[in-house]
Amino acid sequence: MNWYNIVFYLFALIVLVSAAGVVFSRKMMYAAFSLLFTFFGVAGLYVLLNADFIAVTQIMVYIGGILILIIFGVMLTSKFTDLEIKSGTTGTVQYVLAGISTIIVAAALIIMYLNVDWVQNPVPELESTVKPIGILLMTKYFLAFQVAAILLLLAFIGAAKIARRK
Amino acid sequence: MEQNFLYNWFGDGVITYALLVTIPLVFLLIYALVAILGELKIASWVQDRLGPMRTGWKGVLQPLAEVIKLLQKEDIVPDAANKPLFNLAPYVMFTGAFGAFAAMPFAFNFVPAHLNVGLFYIFAIGAFSVIGIVMGGWASNNKYSLLGAMRGVSQMVSYEIPIALAILAIAALAGSLDLQEIINQQGGGFWNWNIFGGYGSFWKILVIPFTLSLFVIHFVGGLAETNRIPFDIPEGESEIVAGYHTEYSGMKFAMFFFAEYANMFTVSAIIAICFLGGWQSPFGDFLNQPAMQAFWFISKACFLVFVQIWLRWTLPRLRVDQLMYVSWKVMTPLAFVCFVAIAVWSMLR
Repeated sequence: MNWYNIVFYLFALIVLVSAAGVVFSRKMMYAAFSLLFTFFGVAGLYVLLNADFIAVTQIMVYIGGILILIIFGVMLTSKFTDLEIKSGTTGTVQYVLAGISTIIVAAALIIMYLNVDWVQNPVPELESTVKPIGILLMTKYFLAFQVAAILLLLAFIGAAKIARRK
Repeated sequence: MEQNFLYNWFGDGVITYALLVTIPLVFLLIYALVAILGELKIASWVQDRLGPMRTGWKGVLQPLAEVIKLLQKEDIVPDAANKPLFNLAPYVMFTGAFGAFAAMPFAFNFVPAHLNVGLFYIFAIGAFSVIGIVMGGWASNNKYSLLGAMRGVSQMVSYEIPIALAILAIAALAGSLDLQEIINQQGGGFWNWNIFGGYGSFWKILVIPFTLSLFVIHFVGGLAETNRIPFDIPEGESEIVAGYHTEYSGMKFAMFFFAEYANMFTVSAIIAICFLGGWQSPFGDFLNQPAMQAFWFISKACFLVFVQIWLRWTLPRLRVDQLMYVSWKVMTPLAFVCFVAIAVWSMLR
């Protein structure tokens, strides 16, 4: 166990525990705030993968943007914030079917994991990921970049239009 | 790249990592005490009174007394509050404030973590403070807290945009997101600082108006990010008691307070790095040794903190609609114009 592994398992634990919190918590607000730790843990995993730019973007976009939006959405619909989330129609049939399909998928994944001969290619260590990302966005993925920009512009104009109509 | 001097002294081990975390924390504690004293004294001088005079010489021990008072106070958790989130919020808030110090370049051979995306990182980690405010405001289960939190978030989210544009312009000017690289380029005297257009020939005089106005935009946005007057609408005492930390007492309140002062320093430090040359001495190579660099960096940041305190006791509070007007209709378009001008300049030079 070196430092890298310890840190990896720490972040993996954070992600798994908080993701379980998102799924299993009975209160909407707890689920929304658990998501904070999930996003944070994933950002940490990105750092361990040497993807510093993606990690910071993860914090910026998911924690600084999407999570705040989610929390606001939950907060403003205050009728539901304290509501206990329960699904009323779960019966034996659903449990059995869900259990069987879960076992099948899990078994398939485990078999695949054990049978595939995993190869880890040595990756050349990058000084900085920002520059290659920028160059790729301006050359190879230029179209996708522009389409995303136009999509965001449309969303922006649409939001302004909706907000203006009183 | 120059190594952190701690790696040379203690090797790549646990001691170095522990010191890398501890030094900024200790610095932050001392800075917070000084800033509290500064706040008290500057407030008094602005209002033509003496301020605290009885604790120590001219009242210099007042912040220590305040801290001891806060430690002794009863830690009250309201009955109707959401206890887990109520207790967690101050820590999330402080994580955001202290997280920024991980990439803070104090000198050319001392930065806790040398990141390639340092500028972006310090900007992004502030998101934790926003979450902390919502968490505290919502969990308090108090309408004033909730209103304060909602105001705080909408304000911080809208003022992030002009600041992001200012940071983007600096990234375009420097061609890097690495804080050390940005600072290195501003070496050789104060006329090479980005506030004066960065390094370049005589014709950089054309870009100076844009960098100067970006500096002002960034500073005003920074004031709004830290919820300081004239943007302290989230804590407006006359309207909503104390905003998102109404229900907090004792040490948890102190952590909110502490995070606010840490955020003030972070914002000032980013402005100092982006526009005022970070740890570069104003006189080129003169007085530019590592220890002096730390001195220059801290004094530049502290000067901006001083301006924030000064403004706080000089200006009245904005209204909510004025706040949104300033952000969306004044600062954002101006920042766009400056960004385009600076981007064109950095391609041509």
